[in-house]
Parts: sequence; C-alpha cells; structure tokens
Amino acid sequence: MSSTQAPTQAAPKPAREGLGGRVVAAALGLFDAPMAWLQRALGLGAMPYAFLAPNVLFFGVFVFLPIAINLVYAVTGGVNIYPSQRPFVGADHFRALGDCASFLDPATCREDHFWRGVRNTLVFTFFQMIAMVGSALVTALVLNRRIVARGFFRAVFFFPVLLSPVVVALIWKWILQRDGLLNAALVAAGGEKILFLVEPTWAMAWAIFVSVWAHMGFYTLILLAGLQAIPADIYEAAEMDGTPPTRVFWRLTLPLLWPNLVVVLVLVLIRGVQTFDEVFVLTGGGPGTATLMVVQYIYETAFANPVQNFGLAGAASILLGALLFALTMLQLALARGKSKEARA
Amino acid sequence: MKKTGLFALALSLGMAAALGAASAQTTLRMTWYSDGAEGDVMKDLLARFEAKNPDIKVALDQVPFKAINENLPVQLAAGQGPDIARVVDMGGVAQYALDLRPHLKDAAYWEANFGPFLEWMRQPGDTASIPGYMTQLTVTGPLVNKTLFEQAGVPLPGAKATWEDWAKAAKAVADKTKAPYPIAVDRSGHRFYGVAVSMGSTMVGADGKLTPVDEGFKRAAQMIVDWHKSGVMSKELWGSVSGSAYRGANEEFKNAQVPFYLSGSWQIGQFDKTVGDAFDWIAAPTPCGPANCSGMPGGAALVAIKTTKSPKEVARVMEYLASEDVLTEFYARTLFVPGHIGIAKKGVAYQGASKQAAAALKVFGDQVGALAPAAYAIQGNPFSRIVFNAAISRLGQAIAGEGTLDQAYERVAADVAQQVAERLKK
Repeated sequence: MSSTQAPTQAAPKPAREGLGGRVVAAALGLFDAPMAWLQRALGLGAMPYAFLAPNVLFFGVFVFLPIAINLVYAVTGGVNIYPSQRPFVGADHFRALGDCASFLDPATCREDHFWRGVRNTLVFTFFQMIAMVGSALVTALVLNRRIVARGFFRAVFFFPVLLSPVVVALIWKWILQRDGLLNAALVAAGGEKILFLVEPTWAMAWAIFVSVWAHMGFYTLILLAGLQAIPADIYEAAEMDGTPPTRVFWRLTLPLLWPNLVVVLVLVLIRGVQTFDEVFVLTGGGPGTATLMVVQYIYETAFANPVQNFGLAGAASILLGALLFALTMLQLALARGKSKEARA
Repeated sequence: MKKTGLFALALSLGMAAALGAASAQTTLRMTWYSDGAEGDVMKDLLARFEAKNPDIKVALDQVPFKAINENLPVQLAAGQGPDIARVVDMGGVAQYALDLRPHLKDAAYWEANFGPFLEWMRQPGDTASIPGYMTQLTVTGPLVNKTLFEQAGVPLPGAKATWEDWAKAAKAVADKTKAPYPIAVDRSGHRFYGVAVSMGSTMVGADGKLTPVDEGFKRAAQMIVDWHKSGVMSKELWGSVSGSAYRGANEEFKNAQVPFYLSGSWQIGQFDKTVGDAFDWIAAPTPCGPANCSGMPGGAALVAIKTTKSPKEVARVMEYLASEDVLTEFYARTLFVPGHIGIAKKGVAYQGASKQAAAALKVFGDQVGALAPAAYAIQGNPFSRIVFNAAISRLGQAIAGEGTLDQAYERVAADVAQQVAERLKK
C-alpha cells in the first residue's frame, strides 16, 4: 500500500512559478505514471537497481564483456578469431612475456619489444608526470592571479586540449623534421640542422614535450578550480601575520590544493601508461624502439603483424591493466593518507 | 471508375515488377586500395559492367593500403569479408580465397595468362585453384634523378653496374649537390629482398625448410648497415620508426633530395604526374650482386572470397575484369606493368604517359624477364611476409644502434619461427 502512495507523497512542488516552472513540472509529471507502475511491479526496495540497470548493462556489454573475451584470448592460441576455434594454451603467452634473463635488460627477454615498451612507457610516464604536473601547477598559480588579459591566457593554454592527438602529432612532426620550422630557425640563426626524431634521446624528449603541450591545459583547469575554491580570508590572515609567500605556498596553498593535485597525478599517470596515438604518429615508436610504448606493442602484435597474435596481445593487455590498477590503488592510498594527515 | 481501377492495377503491377527487379539485383562488395589513379579506372570499368549487367551491382569500397593488411584479414577470419578484394599478401589471404573454376566459362584462359602468378594466390599443396588475377605486376628497381647526376657531372653507372658502383656514384652526386639522401631504399622487407636476392638469398634452404637468414641475407644486411654508417643512406628512413612500419621516400625523391631511390614500378604513375618537368628521372636496371642482377617481383591481385553468397555473380564480374580488352585498358590507363602474359607479350600502349614514364615502364617490363627463379619462389612462399616484416623490424633496430647485426639475425630467426608456429597452431 505504502509503495503505491510513495510517489504521490514525494511529488515535488515546482521550484519556480511562472510558465517555465509549470512546463518543467508538467514534463516531470509525465514520468509519474510509468514510475508508479514500475514501483508497483518491482517494489520500493528494487527501485535503485532498476535505475542502475541501464548503466550496468552498458558497462557489462562494453567494458566487462570485452575484458572477459580478452581473458579468453590470452589463454588461447592460433590466429582464428572465434574463441571456439582457438586451442587452449594456458599460461603460455604469459610465460613468453615473462621469459627474461634480466628484466632490466630487454635484450635478454624473449619478447624484447614488450619489455622495451614497458621501459619506455615507465620513462615516458615518469618524466611526463613531473613536467605535466609542474607546468600545470605553475600555469594555474599564474592564471589565478589578477593579471592583464587573464581570460585570453586561460583560453590560450586550454586551446591545444581541443585538438585531436593525431593533429597535434602531425603539427609537431612538421615542426621537428629535417626541413621543418625548428631546423629552419636553427639554420637561420647560424646553427646546424638537428635530426630531432632520429636521435633516441631527442625523440623521447620531444614525445614528452608534445604530450605536455597538448594536455597541460586540461590539468591546469582542474588545479585552477582547486585554487579558486581556497577561501580568500585564509590568505588575508596569512598576509596580516606577515607570512612570506613561499611559506604561504608550502603551508597553505599546497595542502589545500592536495585533493586536486592527487586527481591530476592519477589522471596524468593513467594517461601516461595508456599513451599511444600521439607518440605513434610523431615517432612511429622509433628510432629503433626508442619510443615504442606498451600499447603500440599490443596494437602491432594483434593487428599490424602478418600473423595477428591476439593471444599474446591479450596477455600483454592484461598485464598492462594490472599495472594500471596497481598504480591507481597506490595513488588512492597516498591520497587517503594525505587527507587524514591534513584533517589531523 | 473502370478507368481508375485499370490505372491502379497497372500501377500495382509496375511497382511489383520494379520491386521484383530490385530484389533480383545482387549487390557485391569489392574492397579496393589505390597507389595512384586505379580506383577511378576501376570505378569506370565497373559502371560499364553494371550497365550491361543490370542484375549485378558492385559496391566499390576504397580503403587505405594499411586497411588491406591490417583490417581485411580480421574481417576474413571472422567470415565478414567482402565478396572480392584487392590484396598484396596473396599467400596470407589464400585460405579465404574462392576457387573460381566451377563458375568460369573458360578456365584455360586464366591458366594460360595468369598461370605463374596463380601459385602466389594458392595455399601450399594446391596446384589447381583459380582464386583471382593480377591487377598489377610489380618489379622492384631503382629510380634515378638524372638531373642531379648531370649537375654533379657524375656519369650514370651502366646496365651491369653493381650495388657498390651505384653507391659510390650516388654518394659523389649527393656530396656535390648537397642532396641529403644519396641512396634511399623503401623501409620494406620486400624491398630489402630486392637487394638480398641479388646477393644470393633464397629464403629456403637446400632441405626445403624456411631459412630466413642465409648468406645472401647476411651480405645484403651488412651492406645496408654499412651504407648507414658511411652516410650513403640516412637513418631517417630505416632507423626512424619501429617494428615493421613501412616508410617510403616518395616525397624526398619528388623534392629532388634523392639521386638513387630503390623502390619499384608502381611509383611510375605518380612520379609522372607529380615530378612533371621539374627534373629528369629514369628507371635503371637492378644493380648486380654476386649472385645475379635480379630484383623482386610482386604486385596486387584481385581475389574472390569464399564466404561470398553469390559465387556465380562474383565469377561474372571477375571474368569481365580479367578479359583481355578490359584488362588492357586497365593497365594502359593506370600505367601498370601487366600481370597477364598475353597482354605483356603484345605490349601495352600506355595512355597519357610521358616519354620518361614510357621509358621507365619499358625498363621495368624488361626486368620481369630478368628476375631470378629464387625471386619468384620467395614471393610465392606463404611465409614470405612474415620474413619480410621480421627482417625490416630487426635490421631497423641494428641500424638505430640497438644491438649488433648478429643479434638481429638471431631475432629474425626467432621471430619467424614463433610467428610461423602461431599461424600453424590448430
């Protein structure tokens, strides 16, 4: 009985009077009858699950099902697509990936390209994280001040985020190639041409730079939102106390910005490990394998080689997924620890 | 009232007839890639076929070359492929190809004119099936910027010149003209074998087993690596990307930065258009190695796919496209070396080809007869693409300084063994 009356009792009053408010109320009212019917059919206790069902279904089909299929591929071999036609090979693919005399030297590994990809991804992620978070923080601090044309500069720093990664990589490829803009400038200044994308160290450095250039605006925005949420009176109090600006930054700004910084760190880390498109278009993973990332290894193993080894690629994907999961858990643990510390 | 009834009856019958005709029409899907203008030519030829055969419609799906090698095999393995496809990895696709013989009016015509190339499209052990025909026969070979040689005052090496002769001449030209790439070779395993065959590589040992790294392979690899060390080749092609990624030097050649470009006959059409009269270029015979002066044959084939629901209609389209008149027109308009023995013997009057393009086509045409038997055998080997890709991937690493050539040889052998085993796993 109560379940049938609940919607009527809970019917909201229009928030605003007037034509707009009445239209909204009427539109919402359209849902009353089907919701009441659903609640009668399922009972009040089942309603949350009914609301969750569409999303669960969506995630099930597009996230969990592919993960399960990936697991099947990882433990089966051959080149057939349909799992029923693929022979079971157990952990063979994982053993092949782990077959290394020394994990510090990819050349000693059976699947050396995988381990070169792991090493490059770690190097890329580490330096990209430092450069990304550092530059985003500095930019956010500057853009949070009352400077001339602040709106314009905010737009300028955010603009590259709107570009497609492929476009970003192509633009920078044209700038960096032998007859590109940068070499033209170097020659005009009396210097020699540098083959930026042919020397391994240069190629990795530029891959990191381009990634930071392209995505910094997004992380700056998150940090800027965090800075603007810090109450101004705290700074006023610090100013009245004569606290030096560096101390204000380390003792006030940074701890209060920490939740946002953790979000940025986690996002940068995850994105770094997943990096593929920009670096692939910019360097093709070269020179040699100097900028070959794990995701490129997975893509090439599964699709670009004449023998499309879905099993090995599936096993590598699972290891990559496990690494991402572990890193995210570590970051969250750090964040919780810092939050508790801040509250204490 | 009576008139109205008759009109309604006529209209109904007319609509029924039209619907019947539409439902009787078979739509076939053809997956096609283009190097130059051949997509437009094929579209034109198919339109004429459809006009004469209203019961068949051919939807031409034009895709990038990459999709032919990466996406099409997945589609075929899933049984979701097109009815007809233009492919280059003929051995790799052989298991999905339809044997057209039961549906052809004159199978002997196909045997007589495409015979040697049909082997490339068949599975090991199959000596009879007819899966398709060659849309293009290609031959690897050098394209030379004659103007740069003239400007440098360096004479062009003769017909039987060796790789070393060309390397010396091209380096001299580049030094004098400041061309950044004395010799450019496409970053492709197939092009590498264009060198390796002349060095004596056969890919298969005396015991009949796949032997990717033989003495000819090693000689060619050593020469390529040495060229990179001495500045004859730039690392920008072979050393700049990873894995088996293809990298051509078309743009560099068009920009007159390359005196000697080892590529192949398929470039003629586009260079004829894009280079124009900016400089003079010629095709030269393949340089000689210690074993022979042979490059590699190759090409693309149009094959019927066995999952098609309309094999008879597919055969009708294929018969039309492979007929001598239509194919002669196709080769003439696309500036392709014919992969049809009868047409090759008669010669093709290439339409709109400049004097230098016609001369280059003749050089490549002559090279077809000079190809070593080993070159045909390598191209027809069902595992050749596995070897090509492993070779380019590992030699690329050695050139970039990631290990020695000996380590590269070990890796090539291991990669090939692993991928062959995976392909054969049942």
